[in-house]
Amino acid sequence: MARPLGEVHKRFLQTMMAKGIIDGDKAKALLRHCCETHGAPINDHLDEFIEVINAQLQPMFMQIRKGMSEEDGLQYYALVNMAETDVTRMSSDYADNELELFRKKKTMDLIVDSDTGTASSTDILNCADSLQTKKLKKKETEHVLNRLVQDEWLKEKQGEYSLSTRCIMEMEPYIRRFYQDQVKLCHICHNVVLQCQMCENPTCGIKIHVPCVARYFKGRTDPRCPACEDFWPHEIPEVNRPSSQSQSAAKEGRAPKSQSTAQTSKTRRS
Amino acid sequence: MSQRKRPHNAPSSQSKGARNSMVLLADEDDDVSYTQPSTSQVQKGLDRLTPAQVDLKTAEVVQFIFVKDQKKIPIRRADIVKHVVKEYRNIYPEILKRTSRTFETVFGLSLKEIDSKNHVYILVNKLDPPDGELLSMTPSNPKTGLLFVILGIIFMKGGVVKESMVWNTLKKLRVDPGEKHVDFGDVKKVVIEEFVKQRYLEHVRVPHTEPLEFEFRWGQRADIEVSKVKLLEFMGQLHDQDPQSWSQQYREATTPQASTAPSGPVSQR
Ligand SMILES: [Zn+2]
Ligand SMILES: [Zn+2]
Repeated sequence: MARPLGEVHKRFLQTMMAKGIIDGDKAKALLRHCCETHGAPINDHLDEFIEVINAQLQPMFMQIRKGMSEEDGLQYYALVNMAETDVTRMSSDYADNELELFRKKKTMDLIVDSDTGTASSTDILNCADSLQTKKLKKKETEHVLNRLVQDEWLKEKQGEYSLSTRCIMEMEPYIRRFYQDQVKLCHICHNVVLQCQMCENPTCGIKIHVPCVARYFKGRTDPRCPACEDFWPHEIPEVNRPSSQSQSAAKEGRAPKSQSTAQTSKTRRS
Repeated sequence: MSQRKRPHNAPSSQSKGARNSMVLLADEDDDVSYTQPSTSQVQKGLDRLTPAQVDLKTAEVVQFIFVKDQKKIPIRRADIVKHVVKEYRNIYPEILKRTSRTFETVFGLSLKEIDSKNHVYILVNKLDPPDGELLSMTPSNPKTGLLFVILGIIFMKGGVVKESMVWNTLKKLRVDPGEKHVDFGDVKKVVIEEFVKQRYLEHVRVPHTEPLEFEFRWGQRADIEVSKVKLLEFMGQLHDQDPQSWSQQYREATTPQASTAPSGPVSQR
């Protein structure tokens, strides 16, 4: 059987339960803090430490999962439900028709099917008319969308909705399974890609995460698609510096607005 | 903060048929009150199930309790049975035992029965609050400060105070219960509804009063979770006074008491 958990593990897990998601730097700081609190030797092996917790969480269908944010390219750790899922974490908080609005065939579909990984409020409002469980009025739909943003399932920017980092991390298996025909994988890091840049060659059309774009094209004067060699017609963002010591963004367990580092979950920076 | 919601219908790996019959049974049994099965009934029930089925049900109960606890709502056995355990009710004691063990060994939490007549449970933290924190469970929640002021008032007055006195004291601290507060919103509602529902406070009518009068006492969760020493330190900071100068309260806070705190002396470690 799995190794028993000590107080350091339990305190780390309790904080993860409370915060839901934290970035890599904060996770390391948290581990250090938990060690200090219990007078344990400082442990720098975060991933091994988390493996021990995960072994115990597995029978509960929970897991601390590591992944990259599509937005800032940072590495994050999120406590997720592995229940292959009808979005189980939500089901206690939302009514059936509210869940339907979010789920398959509705908001999720719009987001996954789009080229940009976003859905406009207008399109979401339109699909609220065709809910099978119980129709939502315009006002009600707007209210549900607000709650989904507040609970950090969705992010909203100027009327465009996208999936939050934590939501993507938790639902990645679900997205891969239920949208296997629509969803694309990032050409660079091979994870599910929603918000991205896309090759404009109609016979190619590969997608790359924005932070992966920054890393891949860094320093190239003539950016070309890694698959078809066509000119890459999008603005190449800067690779962001890692902010390992930055405490300002490290206070809340949320995805920070500030940009820090472009890094993927599969490639380790040297 | 965003103490996270846990799902309530956790994974269902049962076959379709099993799930359907589960729904049917649950509907029929909704109003049937639960009777504790005997040890031999539990054993018989376990013999008929695979270990995986029992594990799955345990996981569902754990998730269900997390959802409730996130809002600090006490959990009734009747609800666990009705909403989660369902047709596994004949092995409920075994499932509860495993659930309780999971909370202790994995999460550092302890499932405490706070009402043995109606079988009501709460989750309490087995880990000591970090230095300087009043409670482990509510990270940086502004309401914790409000709660501690009120628990402090009650403690200083020997365990029970009139409702009006609590409001007056809060006013002196510039928290007017008649006005909307920036952090707390409707203060009276938070105190009388939220804290009471969470079992941090008891709010009871004083008999034979006209007009009606109410008084506050500590609730069971406060007895279990709140350290009186830390509370006195908090009061000391608030009033700029050495906590030891309240000698009677200080003595009470530092004497381990057997009566008030149920079996889990989380706050006294
Ligand atoms: Zn990528
Ligand atoms: Zn291309």
